[in-house]
Amino acid sequence: MNRLLGLIEALGAVVLGVIEFTGELAIFAVSGVLYIFRPPYYPRLIGRAFMEIGYFSLPVVALTALFTGMVLALQSYTGFSRFGAESAIASVVVLSVTRELGPVLAGLMVAGRAGAAMAAELGTMRVTDQIDALSTLSTQPMGYLVAPRLLAATIALPLLVVLADILGVMGGFLVATQKLGFSSGAYLVSTFTNLKSEDVMSGLIKAAVFGFVIALMGCFNGYRSKGGAEGVGTATTSAVVSASILILALDYILTQVLFVK
Amino acid sequence: MSATPKIRIRGLKKRFGAKQVLDGVDLDVAKGTGMVVIGGSGTGKSVLIKSILGLVTPDEGVIEIDGEDVLRAPKRRARELRAQIGMLFQNGALFDSMKVWENVCFGLLAQNRVTRRQARDKAVEILAQVGLDASVAGLSPSELSGGMQKRVGLARAIAAEPAIMFFDEPTTGLDPIMGAVIDELIVDCVKRLGSTSIAITHDMASAQRIGDAAAMLYQGKVSWTGPAAELLTTTDPVVDQFTHGRAHGPITMALRK
Repeated sequence: MNRLLGLIEALGAVVLGVIEFTGELAIFAVSGVLYIFRPPYYPRLIGRAFMEIGYFSLPVVALTALFTGMVLALQSYTGFSRFGAESAIASVVVLSVTRELGPVLAGLMVAGRAGAAMAAELGTMRVTDQIDALSTLSTQPMGYLVAPRLLAATIALPLLVVLADILGVMGGFLVATQKLGFSSGAYLVSTFTNLKSEDVMSGLIKAAVFGFVIALMGCFNGYRSKGGAEGVGTATTSAVVSASILILALDYILTQVLFVK
Repeated sequence: MSATPKIRIRGLKKRFGAKQVLDGVDLDVAKGTGMVVIGGSGTGKSVLIKSILGLVTPDEGVIEIDGEDVLRAPKRRARELRAQIGMLFQNGALFDSMKVWENVCFGLLAQNRVTRRQARDKAVEILAQVGLDASVAGLSPSELSGGMQKRVGLARAIAAEPAIMFFDEPTTGLDPIMGAVIDELIVDCVKRLGSTSIAITHDMASAQRIGDAAAMLYQGKVSWTGPAAELLTTTDPVVDQFTHGRAHGPITMALRK
């Protein structure tokens, strides 16, 4: 009987913990969004966060997209040639890249790079009392530290995804024309014939959501970190893992909402 | 001495999990005086000043600044009351992504009270008041020694000329000479600004230098108050054991866990 009660108690503690975490995250997210619209505004900080999240993530996102497009073309060719459907490669590459791979891979790369950096920076600020110091200097930490990052990431990721889309398609084009013997004209015609504006737009909507989620998890985990260097390390890991899982889960949900009628 | 204390605390309680850190703290700090709060590690000294600053929300009690209860005042008014507090953190808590001059004038810049050019000039002026050369203004906090970081932290705390100043272990981690220098600067700044101050410290020499009055925090309450000059001579057994660092007495290690 005691063991059963202990089990129920442990289960209850886990459920309460999850509810508490979700509640804290929701309050943090709403507060962060409200501070985007509430003065004072910090254009310098938004610019700095934009550079950190967008500009400095360009190489890693570009390389990931380029090689993914190249591999996709190769793999599609291998599979489709068994059914004599090689001509579908161009559409497979462009639709896969714009709808799914561009936003998801860019999101995962930015989560690993910028999300981790945000968590580490805010975590260090928390454990060295810098966040408390902001409060004592008549500055709201949510408005100063969190809101600029949320806004910058939500704008930067769609722009990165535009680049990822272009480079992903270009990677597929290069492999198809230089290695697989496709005619460049026919490949491009096939690419653009099958591409619709909603394919690109859906990818950009996903990217904006992923950007918000990356900044949210980076800031949330960093902001509530405790316990010195170990706490900062834990916050950084949690930021990347939680953002990555959320990106994959939200990708499914958004695909369901945007494409399944 | 004014009739209404600058800071008045009554029945302040705060619990973290199973631990009752503050259990009914009563404390008055008269306008223009310096109060030193002493007590063992984990007795709630930092929680006490964080409660006044609004960084920790107490479970119960009253915190009055100029006779107004900040815990029950509307948010905007509470922010205004707390805006008159300047704080020197234990480790300086300087913003490491900014230059020294940006740190010093952060509050003024955040409130748009000065332009960046004016802020830099003002920072050089304030740095001189804490004995630092103008060349320090362009450095990063990581390029400074511990003593210099404390001075920059002090410069940041006094930049807005606060009516109330808090010092969290101002001499921790400094050699005795640098500790004395920091204490001297604190006394100078507080006197020049006519501020009311609360300092937390374990350093009895420092406590006597910067405090007019002292309070001992023990078992979540203020167990003794008196002139700081009497810290080493009082017959109160708790204060006597603490100030003389005796292993045996009413304070047991179990209480500090």
